[in-house]
Amino acid sequence: MSTTTNDGFIDLKGRKVLIHDMSLRDGMHAKREQISTAQMVAVASALDAAGVPLMQVAHGGGLGGNSLQHGFAMHSNEEYWTAVMPHIKRSKVSVLLIPGMGTMKELQSAYDHGVRSVSVATHCTEADTTPQHIAYARKLGMDTVGFLMMAHLNTPEGLAVQGKLMESYGAECVYVTDSAGYMLPEDVKRRVRALRDVLKPETQIGFHGHHNLGMGIANSIAAIEEGASRIDASVAGLGAGAGNTPLEVFVAVCDRMGIDTGCDLFKLMDMAEDLIVPMMDQMVRVDRASLTLGFAGVYSTFLLHAKRLGAKYGLPARDILVELGKRKMIGGQEDMIEDTALTMARERGLLNDKAA
Amino acid sequence: MKKIRCALIGSGNIGTDLIYKIQRSPLLEPVWMVGIDANSEGLKMARDMGLKTTHEGVDGLLPHVLEDGIQIAFDATSAYVHKSNSDKLTALGVMMIDLTPAAIGPLCVPPVNLAEHAAKGAMNLNMISCAGQATIPIVRAVSRVQGVSYAEIIASVASKSIGPGTRANLDEFTYTTSNAIEVVGGARKGKALVVVNPAEPPMMMRNTIYCLTDDKPDEAAIRESVQQMIGEVQKYVPGYRLVNGPVFDGNKVAVFMEVKGLGDYLPTYAGNLDIMTAAATRTAEMFAEGILAGRIELKAA
Repeated sequence: MSTTTNDGFIDLKGRKVLIHDMSLRDGMHAKREQISTAQMVAVASALDAAGVPLMQVAHGGGLGGNSLQHGFAMHSNEEYWTAVMPHIKRSKVSVLLIPGMGTMKELQSAYDHGVRSVSVATHCTEADTTPQHIAYARKLGMDTVGFLMMAHLNTPEGLAVQGKLMESYGAECVYVTDSAGYMLPEDVKRRVRALRDVLKPETQIGFHGHHNLGMGIANSIAAIEEGASRIDASVAGLGAGAGNTPLEVFVAVCDRMGIDTGCDLFKLMDMAEDLIVPMMDQMVRVDRASLTLGFAGVYSTFLLHAKRLGAKYGLPARDILVELGKRKMIGGQEDMIEDTALTMARERGLLNDKAA
Repeated sequence: MKKIRCALIGSGNIGTDLIYKIQRSPLLEPVWMVGIDANSEGLKMARDMGLKTTHEGVDGLLPHVLEDGIQIAFDATSAYVHKSNSDKLTALGVMMIDLTPAAIGPLCVPPVNLAEHAAKGAMNLNMISCAGQATIPIVRAVSRVQGVSYAEIIASVASKSIGPGTRANLDEFTYTTSNAIEVVGGARKGKALVVVNPAEPPMMMRNTIYCLTDDKPDEAAIRESVQQMIGEVQKYVPGYRLVNGPVFDGNKVAVFMEVKGLGDYLPTYAGNLDIMTAAATRTAEMFAEGILAGRIELKAA
């Protein structure tokens, strides 16, 4: 898999890694789903020009995400795809599908609008909710990824069993997804290695990081060392929580290490500075609340909901996030943030009768 | 007292839990359990509980329907085989209660429309889904007060409470439930989301119901309507409970519910299983009452 230098270190020189941009999907979370089609077109065009080969474009929750639970985006997914596709010359567009929220009807619509890759996502123990969707994506001829979220909540061996299931349904690539930004490089390595040991050689492995503990780059490199060949990242880190692995920083590190990404570093730097950062409503960074996500192992998307509801009910966002972690809430249970906040507020005597 | 004799098709979680519910009923008697795997745990339990069993699917039951006087059958198999099961049994005058997402018959949520269906004597009723049974009463409780343009429900269920059939067919679950939020719940547009949570110890079934009202919500009337509806559901699911809400935010009404099961076949966390089987049992009882009183006559279809 990897070559080793004379003094025993792993040498990744010459390795090819496919970079998958998250700015226009995970980044939607950081923007409370409010990205205009003009902004989408600008970002997608810049990514295409910088040689990023694959970019995800959708509501933050992917297919079926437009909801009271996950927020309504400024436009439908179809409107975003229609706007973006004519401006993409080299890259491919992907989408996220979480069964239980997104459906095969919506996947068909994505395909009809030019989307050619799909990450079929479940919590890291529930792979057997994906066979319909993975099979349907393969039938459409799409690049099909199995995406195991909150991967820190399963053992390496357990995760390997789940990945093997997804492969058996037809997934061509299986992801270790650190939705909470909780993992350390050793956690990533163990999981990627466990997958590499059981998956067919032609099945790729990917890693999706969140930067809540500042480990996005280190974790991505750790994944590559164990055989991962796809890395999710977003420009300037625009994504949920403290953001995703910052793409331009990752490309710089890859260039230094001799990893071949095919991306133009300077164009990405310019794009981060001139296009993405000015779009941010708040700086996407490791702050008190996003650090809490990483430290407590909580789903990154919960961050802005917890801040908003904390303000509404007079509770620190950090307390809500810690409680959600204790209650073992997973992605998709955003309704339980208000429920938990209400219960906590009542226990602390902060609720008047009207809101109870 | 005479009881209506029933067959249960499908020996998974739902079928097995139904045995307990029907055995307790003063109006129903479980006689047959139909499976497709001779070694299934459900069939073995059914035999231990005194039921006749076959592992040859509905075809194994058909020769016994008339001699054993089966009048109601519960189908807890899958959307794909339900129609064929239903056609074979209704031809023999057996009324079908459909617990799959097939939904070829009218959709039934007991406190909302069971009386209406019983009056019409439908031969096939669909029970929608566990999430539908747990949330549509609340949607209806709001929509009977004022117009609801959109209702959205989120059902979180324990991983251990969801069987392989449901897991492999989540889209059918989503489509059937979304449609029923409109047709039975009375929202002009409906959306259903389901989350499977593997936490240990397993989490209790939780449901959140959001409704968008056309005009400013009449808070007092909605509170009262929701409380009244919860009381109706509690008649057959005692663990159906309001945790938080209704919370009013502009035109949005949010209600946070929990369903604790009776702990028959699966432990109490599996409220999703319980609310489905309890609703089906209640539906069958309503028909049984009608049949026993001579108000309903089952006709071969």
